[in-house]
Amino acid sequence: MNVALIKPTAAEVASDVFAAARDRLPGKGPVAEARRAAFDDFAKKGLPHRRVEEWKYTDLRVLLREVAALAAPPDAAALKRAEAALATLDVTGAHRLVLVDGVFAPSLSDTTLEAGVTTHRLADILNDAGNATRADLLRTNATADIMVALNAALATDGVVLGVADDAKLTKPLHIVHVATQSAASLATRSFLKLGKGSQATLVESFIAAGGAQTYQTHDAVVLWAGEGAHLDHIRLVEDARDAANISTAIVTLGTGTQYRAFNLTSGAAVSRYQAFVRFGGENAHADVNGVSLLNGRQHADNTLVLDHTVPHCTSNEVFRAVVDEAAHSVFQGRINVHPDAQKTDARMMTRALLLSDEAEADNKPELEIFADDVQCGHGATTGALDDSLLFYLRARGLPEKEAQALLIQAFVGEAMEAIADESLRDVAIATAERWLARRG
Amino acid sequence: MPAELETVERVRRIDVDQYRYGFETKIESEKAPKGLSEDIVRFISAKKDEPEWMLQWRLDAYRRWLTMTEPNWARVDYPKIDYQDVYYYSAPKQKKALASLDEVDPEILKTYEKLGIPLREVEALEGVVRPEGERRVAVDAVFDSVSVATTFQAELKKAGVIFMPISHALREHPDLVRKYLGTVVPTSDNFFATLNSAVFSDGSFVYVPPGVRCPMELSTYFRINERNTGQFERTLIIADKGAYVSYLEGCTAPQRDENQLHAAVVELIAHDDAEIKYSTVQNWYPGNSEGKGGVYNFVTKRGDCRGRNSKISWTQVETGSAITWKYPSCILRGDNSRGEFYSIAISNGFQQVDSGTKMIHLGKNTTSRIISKGIAAGRSQNTYRGLVSAHRKATGARNFTACDSLLIGDKCGAHTVPYVEAKNSSALFEHEATTSKISEDVLFYCVQRGLSQEEAVGLVVNGFVRDVLQQLPMEFAVEAQKLISISLEGSVG
Repeated sequence: MNVALIKPTAAEVASDVFAAARDRLPGKGPVAEARRAAFDDFAKKGLPHRRVEEWKYTDLRVLLREVAALAAPPDAAALKRAEAALATLDVTGAHRLVLVDGVFAPSLSDTTLEAGVTTHRLADILNDAGNATRADLLRTNATADIMVALNAALATDGVVLGVADDAKLTKPLHIVHVATQSAASLATRSFLKLGKGSQATLVESFIAAGGAQTYQTHDAVVLWAGEGAHLDHIRLVEDARDAANISTAIVTLGTGTQYRAFNLTSGAAVSRYQAFVRFGGENAHADVNGVSLLNGRQHADNTLVLDHTVPHCTSNEVFRAVVDEAAHSVFQGRINVHPDAQKTDARMMTRALLLSDEAEADNKPELEIFADDVQCGHGATTGALDDSLLFYLRARGLPEKEAQALLIQAFVGEAMEAIADESLRDVAIATAERWLARRG
Repeated sequence: MPAELETVERVRRIDVDQYRYGFETKIESEKAPKGLSEDIVRFISAKKDEPEWMLQWRLDAYRRWLTMTEPNWARVDYPKIDYQDVYYYSAPKQKKALASLDEVDPEILKTYEKLGIPLREVEALEGVVRPEGERRVAVDAVFDSVSVATTFQAELKKAGVIFMPISHALREHPDLVRKYLGTVVPTSDNFFATLNSAVFSDGSFVYVPPGVRCPMELSTYFRINERNTGQFERTLIIADKGAYVSYLEGCTAPQRDENQLHAAVVELIAHDDAEIKYSTVQNWYPGNSEGKGGVYNFVTKRGDCRGRNSKISWTQVETGSAITWKYPSCILRGDNSRGEFYSIAISNGFQQVDSGTKMIHLGKNTTSRIISKGIAAGRSQNTYRGLVSAHRKATGARNFTACDSLLIGDKCGAHTVPYVEAKNSSALFEHEATTSKISEDVLFYCVQRGLSQEEAVGLVVNGFVRDVLQQLPMEFAVEAQKLISISLEGSVG
């Protein structure tokens, strides 16, 4: 008799992942229902693939194949390894909030925060039967993206931060995601709500403790900026070289807010950062910048959707990708200008630098405009380093690699300028320098 | 009244009157039964007296079409088309084969006269000597599904240029047609191209032999007349080594309340050192001011720069059609080949335009240039959708893209969806896009110098599209300029 080996489909694998995790996931009743609904949504469509327009260049069925089982809650040994990993972080002088393998680790986090900041664990809120709206944290109308639905279904923990009206924080809030296990999924969802007139800097780091391999990070962060608030948002993706990082930011900007975001991707084999920024009040401004430094067979995707729903808002996007060896950079930017959003001024510039013949860069800058009194523009370039510039530097005695490094630094520098906090800007620059140094 | 309000007022008043080609020609026609089936495909093939292989080719396409689904990715919105409610073949009724133009139904001749298309080689017949160097245009006129007349045949023949309806070419030059047909747009390409492959009834065939520079502009004029008919023409142009040809295409249709279907396929093939310049002025009936009626224009146009140093240039002025779904593309296969795309797409009323181009760089040192100007007025939606890609071996590929959109009125939309894919480090791609309305400062400047508001807007719009208009052959540039002002009448002036 022949015994046929039946390979489970990706959807079946995901179902198993969800079924196995269900009892462990925080929140019963309405929370469990919200998870179920989100998971059903995901199960119907499965991992996004190239036929799904928004995921055209990042086919997760090929790149991820399947969703890995949730990581076990960290034990003492795992926390110890996480602690060692934290010591390598460049960002200092921030309020540290650490999530190890998708679970908040109080022993590694700063417990006393500045006045005006409140912090909760997502798991605690989801478990709080007295909180009638707790399930809303897992629902979001801002996007129908399928990976956000998966995140809602699986989210094990996260931090829920609040900044009081007019509070001006002196230190950044730093959420650190540490992976200590291999071949496991980390699912986290965090929140930050800025009160009127407040100011804050949020830093997110993604790192691996020694030895953690091929894990998957499924993260989402939901940000609200109240009237007149200033929010700086820095992301540093330094995951293990064979890990995957699928992250989403859902941002809502109130009247007169200033939002400055910067994303630096240098780690992870497969990464996707999708930001959905919605202008909810007039006279708001957003700077959304990013740099990807890629080599080997890395695949990094930056997908941004800026929704100008109200008049008199401005936005500016600057992206740079340096793509070496057989790496693949993807940039998709969409600016939506709704019918009432008159006087919108939106700009987007994306540039990719290809350092090798095997490198690939795909750019898709989109404009979707329904209002007439607007100024919108985008630019996209792809190319190699300018030979004449290289020649100029080499003629002045610089070795080839050094000349290249100098030009690459200048290339990415433009996008890093938007980082307001000097020490954080230095961290970004140092990361780029290390990357270049490794290039030799 | 402030300028904006005035514009809105005028947009509201837009009427079908602006469409000057909306008349219908009363003429008896011969139609195939409504609907699509294998029998209809056989009927069309038999009508055209086609060789057996051609019938098989059509049937293959038809069978494949049955398995395909209509694409829905474009930003256009229209009620579901009932493909069984369309006449796939309609021809002006004729008793016998025509010997000369004099035997063509005078009603048809009048139609073309009204459209301003010279079918009679009047001056040539009257022996008028033209000044040296002045350009003449040979016209192939397609009425509903069939070609009714082709002018200057003899003179073209002398130069070795074959310019005839594709149905004639299938009989007279079957080997040539068979060698090239479907090699750029295969029968399985996409839903509309496959439909066209099954039922296309006529179109133009051009072959320019090696080293020949076509002595005059070639032109086809398409006219949909009959009710409920689809027009499915197929154009095949081959420029052999070192040849050059400039080809113009124009289209109009009567005003009708129901929508008409137009699904054409155009294939261009440029061999070594050859150049093809393809210009379109598309002015199908765009529908009335309530968005009723109008032509659904689903067109697949693709050029293959097969040889070294070959060049294909697309220029289009799109002012008509209720729905435009059209992406003239270039496959830059030969080393050093060049592709160009110049487009003006104007939408007004309830028109929906989803148009753009694809530049696919395969050969070494290939270059391409895309200049797209979109103008949206009224309640229209105007989308540029384009792809520029360089493959691994396309070293030295170079592209420059500029797509600008102008919005007139606050009920319209302008969208840009470019895809830029580079798989080669020596590829250099530049893309820029802007969207804006006409600056108040500029208008103020013009008005202050004595121009009326309308003239000022006209001036700005003309300046906006100038880059593209300059690419059109003289004969069309004038017509296009007129068309632009007519299309925007009521919204700007």
